[in-house]
Amino acid sequence: MKSVGPMVRQAALQALLCLAAVMLAPSLACADSILEPVGPVGRGDAIILLDAVVIMLAIVVPTIMVTLAFAWWFRASNTRAVYRPNFTYSGRIELIVWSIPTLTIFLLGGVIWIGSHRLDPFEPLPSTAKPLEIDAVTFDWKWLFIYPEQRIASVNRLVVPVGRPLHFRITSASVFNVFFVPSFGSMIYAMNGMVSQLNLQADKPGKYLGLSAHFSGDGFSDMRFDPIAVPAAQFADWAAGVKGAPLDRAAVGVLLKQSRAVAPYTYRGVDPALFDAIASQKLPPGEGPQSGRGAPGTQNAMSRGRAP
Amino acid sequence: MLGKLTWDAIPFDQPIPLISGAVVILAALGVLVWVIAKGWLPYLWKEWITSVDHKHIGIMYVLLGLLMLVRGFIDAIMMRAQQALAFHAQGYLPPEHYDQVFSAHGTIMVLFAAMPLVIGIMNFVVPLQLGVRDVAFPTLNSVSFWLTATGALLVNMSLIVGEFARTGWLPYPPLSELRYSPGVGVDYYLWAVQISGVGTLLTGINFVTTILEMRAPGMTYFRMPMFCWTALASCLLILAAFPVLTATLAMLTLDRYLGFHFFTNEAGGNAMMFMNLIWAWGHPEVYILVLPAFGIYSEVISTFSGKPLFGYRSMVAATLFICIVSFCVWLHHFFTMGAGGDVNAVFGIATSIIAVGTGVKMYNWLFTMYGGRIRFTTPMLWSLGFMTTFITGGMTGVLLAVPPADFLLHNSMFLVAHFHHVIVGGVVFAVLAGITYWWPKAFGYRLEEFWGKAAFWFALAGFYVTFVPLYVVGILGMTRRLQHYDVAEWRPWLMISAAGILVLIAGAICQMVQLSVSFLRRNELRDTTGDPWDGRSLEWATASPPPVFNFAVLPQVQDAEAFWDVKRRAREMHGSGSEPHYEALEMPRNSSTGFVCAFFATIIGFALVWHIWWLMIVGLVGAYATFVVFAWRDVPEYVIPAEEVARLDRANRIARQEAPYGASAI
Repeated sequence: MKSVGPMVRQAALQALLCLAAVMLAPSLACADSILEPVGPVGRGDAIILLDAVVIMLAIVVPTIMVTLAFAWWFRASNTRAVYRPNFTYSGRIELIVWSIPTLTIFLLGGVIWIGSHRLDPFEPLPSTAKPLEIDAVTFDWKWLFIYPEQRIASVNRLVVPVGRPLHFRITSASVFNVFFVPSFGSMIYAMNGMVSQLNLQADKPGKYLGLSAHFSGDGFSDMRFDPIAVPAAQFADWAAGVKGAPLDRAAVGVLLKQSRAVAPYTYRGVDPALFDAIASQKLPPGEGPQSGRGAPGTQNAMSRGRAP
Repeated sequence: MLGKLTWDAIPFDQPIPLISGAVVILAALGVLVWVIAKGWLPYLWKEWITSVDHKHIGIMYVLLGLLMLVRGFIDAIMMRAQQALAFHAQGYLPPEHYDQVFSAHGTIMVLFAAMPLVIGIMNFVVPLQLGVRDVAFPTLNSVSFWLTATGALLVNMSLIVGEFARTGWLPYPPLSELRYSPGVGVDYYLWAVQISGVGTLLTGINFVTTILEMRAPGMTYFRMPMFCWTALASCLLILAAFPVLTATLAMLTLDRYLGFHFFTNEAGGNAMMFMNLIWAWGHPEVYILVLPAFGIYSEVISTFSGKPLFGYRSMVAATLFICIVSFCVWLHHFFTMGAGGDVNAVFGIATSIIAVGTGVKMYNWLFTMYGGRIRFTTPMLWSLGFMTTFITGGMTGVLLAVPPADFLLHNSMFLVAHFHHVIVGGVVFAVLAGITYWWPKAFGYRLEEFWGKAAFWFALAGFYVTFVPLYVVGILGMTRRLQHYDVAEWRPWLMISAAGILVLIAGAICQMVQLSVSFLRRNELRDTTGDPWDGRSLEWATASPPPVFNFAVLPQVQDAEAFWDVKRRAREMHGSGSEPHYEALEMPRNSSTGFVCAFFATIIGFALVWHIWWLMIVGLVGAYATFVVFAWRDVPEYVIPAEEVARLDRANRIARQEAPYGASAI
């Protein structure tokens, strides 16, 4: 008898895992899925997500089945079902009814507590390699990635070395956005006047999906960027070979104007104080649109504000 | 003279809003002409527009909610179609228009469809279940309704005069500040929500007072039907949460109108404060909607299982538990702003704790069915659909409350799928169950079952086909509110979702056919007893539709299931006893205060949106004058003589005595 219990439990767990896998199978097969991460952060997030799903399915699936079973068995036309019009209270059932969700939440609470601390985006990754510093700034509607150590910057393209921790400082020069590369893992807000931090790592070379996960206005759909993970040597070559105008206050002034679907380009020579000047609002914020019905000095909102 | 209002406000260059706006205006004018031609205007004015009867106000709320539900649904169809088309393309809606569509969809569905539907059912049912003649402040109730209608009118007006907000249903600054949204869209949002918010707050005050102060003799708190408990919890949440909304939007208004800097990028403004405040209202708001929905399910499941609610006290405890904890969870809307491990963990755990209360309710409904004799009527089908759907929707909600999972899913289509899962599966199903369940009480005839069941099955299937694919694209990294995209993996799922909308449209059509067919066949479906379902609470103890005074003689409550108890004793005594002693009743007089107030409120809102200052002053003076006139009226009530009360009550008493006790029509 002793060996049966764990076996049954194991079988049940396996069945649940199968069920979860079947439900999520189509998405698992695709690139850029959050369940197909290419770095330790994404893997950590995805494992916690799947753990939480399995813990909850363990009570959700039986409850749904019992609901349908009760509804069917106690149908009015079933003469074999016993009618108990006065069955309205049972201390034992009440105890179980409060216990099942409470115990589940206890278990899940532990997962939440540990996960929130271990995967806090601000916490550095446990690695011997020195992280690559990247400062990201959102404008209307493009991403600027500054590599302060390399003194280069890139618009709408994020090139990173494989296998090395990445440390992001993120702010916004206009409205809120969210930095999100589904394959890398955790996302974080880009907010004006504030600096968020994010630690990520990519373990597999490739071109991934990068986007803003917070609506930021009419050009929001084009707030896309290309995260490209390359081997360390290739990254060094790229960084050394980047060409372009210097990124100074005048160049930022151009970025502050609204534009959409900007093709990636680069800067060489970056004013090191620039990111802090934007984050501490020493530079003026993004200009905003000059359109909108009822706005001063506009005739026709619809034909304005498009990218050239 | 007209502030910012010029001919440019009319979107002559955009055929979609222009044509749809013109169609709506023509339809409204057509209805008006028809009503005048038929000579129904005096009847409408006396019996409905100026009515302070909670039953009529409730029905008008539900009508407003259903109209707005259709409007919001049309927005939803437009969005699903846009995302199905906009792969490597612009689709048919430019971003400037698409952004208005999703902002209007959210605002309308939450504040002008779901809220009026839930408050409407509360209005109609709560005083009847409590066994009283009206709410505590009948005229205030009328003011509440008409202010809500004003808000809905302003939102819809923005379709053809100007534009609506392009900032989402919650106007996050700095995007909603003047610098980034210089148009009138956000102003329309602000004034529409502020004006209707006042109406909602007044409803909260009215119903808390009614439930605490005006129950039938003998109805202690623990003898109140579950729906009254959930209505009480919901209204307490309104009292606590809506002032926060009003204050938050007032600060944004000061930023936009008077150059303040609460949430701006410059001069020390802090937009984070807005997120905190708006969600301190926003999260309780979903419980304001879903708690009365739970109440509806409790009534329906108990009635059609032929049993009292299992674990009544446990259910009350779970309701109040949810009511309180819902105020401690708002931060889960922005785990990804980087509050740190401790803060995220505390709010994550608090959020999942709410699931304990909901889980308890789920098991109590389960054991209400256990040992029952379940009749699968349309309301019961909606309830079973809810029980099986809501539990997985709750599960994805708890998933989003786990911070590391939320780091992957925040603001994604997974989130969109989650909240539609719980709001459609929880609130919309409840409202449709509630309308079908209390329809015979409101109009004296049952709704036709075939089309009702067809509507249910289409809605259930359509719901899954529409929203399960959205969970999948969320897992594939798709974020919400995208006007166009170029990721090939998303496309097939968005196409399936668009197909699901077609199934939902079929459901909506069945629902409309059900209402029409039932109206045409109303004589066959007539219920003269006032108790078509073998009901258990007091609303079934009076005629359908109830007389203006609800109960000729106030019921004496001796049990938690007041009417069931009466029926049981009557069965033992073989009859309902002798005729009671009728007395003359005083009822509140109708008042046009609500309608006139709302008329001036509309003028104030419109004038503020377009900066027409003289018109705003006219509106303010008018609204204040209306209040003064109401305050100085001499005769607030009128008397219904005892003979009239007796005449209205006797017909129903006779019909009841002829019907066999305990046997239902179905």
